[in-house]
Amino acid sequence: MSLLGFCEWLAGTAWSIALHESLYAYPLVETTHVLSLLLFVGSVSVVDFRLLGFLFRDVPVSELTSRVLPFTVAGFALAVASGVLLFYAVPVRTYQSLFFRIKVVMLLAAGLNALLFHRHAQRSALAWDRLPTPPRRVRAAGAVSLFAWVMVIAMGRMIAYNWFDCDRQPQPDFVNWAAGCVVE
Amino acid sequence: MLLPLFEWLEATALGAAIRDSLWLFPVIEAVHLLGLALLGGAALVVDLRLLGAGLTARPLAYVGRQLEPVLVAALTLLVATGIPLFLSEAVKCYWSPAFRLKMAALALALVFAFGVRRRVVRAEPEPPRWQARAVGACSICLWLTVAAAGRWIGFS
Repeated sequence: MSLLGFCEWLAGTAWSIALHESLYAYPLVETTHVLSLLLFVGSVSVVDFRLLGFLFRDVPVSELTSRVLPFTVAGFALAVASGVLLFYAVPVRTYQSLFFRIKVVMLLAAGLNALLFHRHAQRSALAWDRLPTPPRRVRAAGAVSLFAWVMVIAMGRMIAYNWFDCDRQPQPDFVNWAAGCVVE
Repeated sequence: MLLPLFEWLEATALGAAIRDSLWLFPVIEAVHLLGLALLGGAALVVDLRLLGAGLTARPLAYVGRQLEPVLVAALTLLVATGIPLFLSEAVKCYWSPAFRLKMAALALALVFAFGVRRRVVRAEPEPPRWQARAVGACSICLWLTVAAAGRWIGFS
């Protein structure tokens, strides 16, 4: 089954329709998604500002990551759980949303960046842990993280707008290609 | 009584410009959300410290001092983007219970943040644990109420 076929199947399930048509459940899930962003992107940005050498310059990086990142992870779990529900409520349109697709790419970029950063931190044994301004490579990880999360939030908000939806034709070929629209 | 004022605000050039534009409202709204995320981080890390979590090895006043400029920057960004958003649909906001709740919660949150919380965060010696915990919990609840009510304006 193609991903589009899977989304179409998902859209026909009873719970998806119920959530989509619910008066309060959908707005509540969406509000939870926004509140999780406060917790999650808010806390990760504080760590990113430390990596950039803007905040908590006399606190070791490892102290911030061990004391603050657990709350980021908790917020992220809430964001993913509510985000999956939001996708489940509107699968086909979301799957074919240009903004959603950019958001997913940015999520992957943020994840890859975090992975590379933690591997680098382990390998270098945190030789730069106490430096007020960490080395360029660490600062770059902070900057990439901030940029990726900014894009995730902005693109997530834009999913609500239907400018590039597949049922609004004609669209430029690039848009139809990137959004995976099936155009006769 | 306030309705004529809101009608006048909606008719301002800035309000009209945002209403007439396809992309101005969404872009300003996205920046408003970024401000919210920034506020979340700046408020939360201090509130967690008040609750006895997070950066517990550091003095409360130090954590508060580090993040106060971020809090002020986030609030400035939120107000600077919130006002144009409001101007573009002031009459809708007037009739929106969510907007009224948000403004009430916002007023409370601001008074609490700069009247009560700042004093407790800066106190020498550090405040008793129950007091710090109560202030941290209230701060989180107030900001979450502002954010949730804000989201709810769009559902009406």
